[in-house]
Amino acid sequence: MDFITHHLQEIYFVLFCVFIGIEVIANVPAILHTPLMSGANAISGVILVGAILLMLRVPQDDYLNLTLGGIAVFLGTLNISGGFFVTGRMLKMFKPKK
Amino acid sequence: MHAIIEIGYLIATLSFLGGLKFMSSPKRAKTGNLIAALGMVLAVILTFFAGTTETVPYTNLIIMVLAITVGTLLGKRLSDKVQMTGMPQLVSLFNATGGGCAMLLGLMEANQIKTEITHFGNQVLLIAGLTTGAIALTGSIIAERKLAGTVKDKRGRAVIFSARILLALLLLLPTLYFLGFIPLDFMAFMYILAIIAMVYGVLFVLPIGGADMPVVISLLNSITGIATAFAGFVYGNKAMIAGGIFVGAAGILLTLLMCRAMNRSLLKVLAGTFKNNKTG
Repeated sequence: MDFITHHLQEIYFVLFCVFIGIEVIANVPAILHTPLMSGANAISGVILVGAILLMLRVPQDDYLNLTLGGIAVFLGTLNISGGFFVTGRMLKMFKPKK
Repeated sequence: MHAIIEIGYLIATLSFLGGLKFMSSPKRAKTGNLIAALGMVLAVILTFFAGTTETVPYTNLIIMVLAITVGTLLGKRLSDKVQMTGMPQLVSLFNATGGGCAMLLGLMEANQIKTEITHFGNQVLLIAGLTTGAIALTGSIIAERKLAGTVKDKRGRAVIFSARILLALLLLLPTLYFLGFIPLDFMAFMYILAIIAMVYGVLFVLPIGGADMPVVISLLNSITGIATAFAGFVYGNKAMIAGGIFVGAAGILLTLLMCRAMNRSLLKVLAGTFKNNKTG
């Protein structure tokens, strides 16, 4: 119970985010399913922020964590850059109907 | 300075939301992609510069700059070279990297923290982030291999049964650990969980039919989003929480929409069964 009262603000925040996340894509046409999936995948690359925050704290002589952190930052960046670029390429195939 | 960073994260969060909204309409989808990408760049740059003002060793900075440069270039190159038919595979591969990143964050935190002084809630969040990340990592890799045609469906009883056992272990072991029944230190425990979760990811995707892979990738994508949100709680970063939850919620809805478009139920997809053709 203590945990809940201390984190009430976060719990509200998450609940609203869930509903907004669902509502925002509720009317997506089937043709856009794949680009939207790819775009959402790119957005989940925001985990890179966490990797950077953690890397900034790792001591200079902690080689294990420096290696893991380097890989984590690399993977996070790959997720973001690859995700947005590939979404862009998919969307290029959609020609606006005139 | 602090206020600027917070406002920056707020703008990034709004850009993810706007990006998703725009991406669900054919006319404005390109703009949506651009908006979300800009928001992401803003969030990353802010994090980088906000942290670097303190005394951070040069080694760490050099490693990060290198990793970011190589990651960006490789991502661009992979997405430029991919064939039109290979795109779902690539999305799955990029999803695996996101899951891998989440898993590594969990392991790194476990390496660094002192169990006695760490908050119980934080440990739960780390475990949750680690396991979801690891499942998304190996699951997405198997999904990618299946689309490429190198891994075939395996619907044997053994696969399905051991997958269920592993899933039960993933829920049971942390419970036992916090009740004090497992005499391991937190770090060793996290490594064991990571391995179990990775094996589970493989077994989870193996029975699912190749044609259903887009649905599974969407589901795994949503799991990565949830892993991101867990990590966001650990660092108390609103942009990460919001981004992760948006992707998690939107991903699950998208999974259901895709199922409906194929006229299949999610449970049937996950069980790997077909309407008139019972295998197993």
